[in-house]
Amino acid sequence: MTMTDQTSTPAATAFDAAAPRPRWQVILIRPETMTLLLLILAFVVSSLISPYFLDINYILSSFTIYAEFSIVALVMTMIIIAGEIDLSPAANMALSACLFAWTFQATGAMPLAIVVGIAAGLAMGAFNAVLVIRLQLPSIIVTIGTLTLYRGIAQIIAGDQSIRLPEYFIGINNVLVAGIPVPVIIFAVVAIGLAFILGGTIWGRQIYQIGTSEVAAQHAGIRAKRIKFMLFLAMGFTSSIAGLITASRLGSVRYDLGIGGELQMVLMAMLGGTYIFGGRGSILGTFLAAWLLSVISTGMLTAQWLPATQLCVLGGLLIVSIIATNFIYSRTQR
Amino acid sequence: MKKSLILGLALGLTFVTGAIAADPLKIVYVGKNTGNPYFDSITGGFEDACKQLGCDFQFVAPATAEATSQIPIIEAQIQRGVNVIAIAPNSPDALNQVLDEARAKNILVLTVNGDIVGNEGHRDANILPVDFTKTGPSQVELLGSMIDYKGEIAILSATTEAPDQNTWIAAMKDALANDPKYKDMKLDTIVYGDDQPEKSTTEMESLLSNYPNLVGVISPTTVGVAAAAQVVQQRGIADKLHLTGLGLPSEMRDFIKDGTVKAFQLWSPYNEGWLAAYFADGLSKGTIKNEVGQKFDVPNLGTITILDKNVMNTQADLTTFTADNIDQFNF
Repeated sequence: MTMTDQTSTPAATAFDAAAPRPRWQVILIRPETMTLLLLILAFVVSSLISPYFLDINYILSSFTIYAEFSIVALVMTMIIIAGEIDLSPAANMALSACLFAWTFQATGAMPLAIVVGIAAGLAMGAFNAVLVIRLQLPSIIVTIGTLTLYRGIAQIIAGDQSIRLPEYFIGINNVLVAGIPVPVIIFAVVAIGLAFILGGTIWGRQIYQIGTSEVAAQHAGIRAKRIKFMLFLAMGFTSSIAGLITASRLGSVRYDLGIGGELQMVLMAMLGGTYIFGGRGSILGTFLAAWLLSVISTGMLTAQWLPATQLCVLGGLLIVSIIATNFIYSRTQR
Repeated sequence: MKKSLILGLALGLTFVTGAIAADPLKIVYVGKNTGNPYFDSITGGFEDACKQLGCDFQFVAPATAEATSQIPIIEAQIQRGVNVIAIAPNSPDALNQVLDEARAKNILVLTVNGDIVGNEGHRDANILPVDFTKTGPSQVELLGSMIDYKGEIAILSATTEAPDQNTWIAAMKDALANDPKYKDMKLDTIVYGDDQPEKSTTEMESLLSNYPNLVGVISPTTVGVAAAAQVVQQRGIADKLHLTGLGLPSEMRDFIKDGTVKAFQLWSPYNEGWLAAYFADGLSKGTIKNEVGQKFDVPNLGTITILDKNVMNTQADLTTFTADNIDQFNF
């Protein structure tokens, strides 16, 4: 048997592996970099369009309006990476807050009311989970249905009126720790925690694998259904906490609390480079995207731009980020 | 030598102009929502007064008239360092904290065209077009005169939280219940159009379907009454269903001319902006004191008295618009 001619410079044949991408490319050319660049650009543009914008206390306190949605968006990122989606969190926030306020109004017991609010959020998350996982229905359809359902129940409970909350509960966004509002600190802590779970634990790895191919993951022995169930429960829990934070910020609870919030959360996840079909994304991206959204919106607000113009800018931003994300993912496909 | 002369002249000029041009008073008016033509009139009053007084005026408003939609806007205005925040509040109590923040920074807070009922301590003064406690009964009387004081009526309002709407509706219910003149008039229901043309239209259509015996509708909101008039005109039921409310002459002109609406009422929103600007300017210069019982003169409006709870009215009674007088008004 003749041996293949081994010359001194082996030519790359079809069986040789391609050279690995240089490390700097792996670290820098990813959707999160695009988000970071957009964030820096947003800061620059916002300071240019309004001289009143560049005030660190103002920027931090303006973020508290978006902080609640941002916290839930972090968990939303994990759900999207796992290949599902949950469009009901804003309605979940409203219904948890309404049940919380209603319990407080009826009993006057704050701890009981808080427990009721959180339990309600978990129950709603569980309801979503059962429909999506046990009954194997598409999550987008299910959660559009539950978002309407939860919002409707909130309207039945609270009517068209607002339920006022006691003074000691109001104003968590004004409480500063080391000069930073509490909701912002909660957001940062949750982000660090989830980033660790997603990037550094086995469950985190498994979430990516489930999102890439659920069937393959199941054949690899990953308990996909259990993990997804847990994610929906986590979503419900986080939404109820976010609902309570919002109630504290607004001082009263209405059925339309956080209306439209689910789209903002998806926007944050998309701007952060999360791939809509699952399998790719990061907490860092969503973290940066939440700041991006807050900085842009606050900048436009301080510059007195019309609400219509602001919507156009946000829409354009979303389209740009989707194109860029898909472009980066397709080019770096390995 | 020449250079330093020019430099000296330039410096001198800047000092002089600096002394002449004192910081203009910065006023911002926060409306209930954008796309609501009613606020164009008030803005016009503010702008014209500010042209004469030399103050700096801007109008901003949120996209929707929800209870808490104005909070981020007020915070942005505080950040921008305005001197006066005039606002048409979307909620009686949701704005308490943020208005307190503004007043802590020495910003004058005026509620214009509506008041934060029950929470008046959180604002400095209130400018209303007329005595709002009389508006409700006036509207009931106007509708009653069209329907012979008997029959079923309904109210098409704006948002559920709007303090001005709730004041008028409460007074309407009171008049209907207690005044013997209206004993044969029955209020069927109140529906809410949220000051959005589409929702107001839908609510009006649902009123017509759900209450077939309805003979009258009061819509004390310019967006609502215009949308309702459109529905009545399209269906051609003007002789069976009598519509009235608070409307802008510019929007209601066609409906009055073709008989869809026989009469409606309002005041001059322009005057509210005019008065608010003069009041704020007078306060900042010290020529007016913000105390109950004080009287001061405003060009074109005569003498204004500060009433109980620091409220001011621009005119005494509602103006009723009919086919006879509508052409005299162009707002």
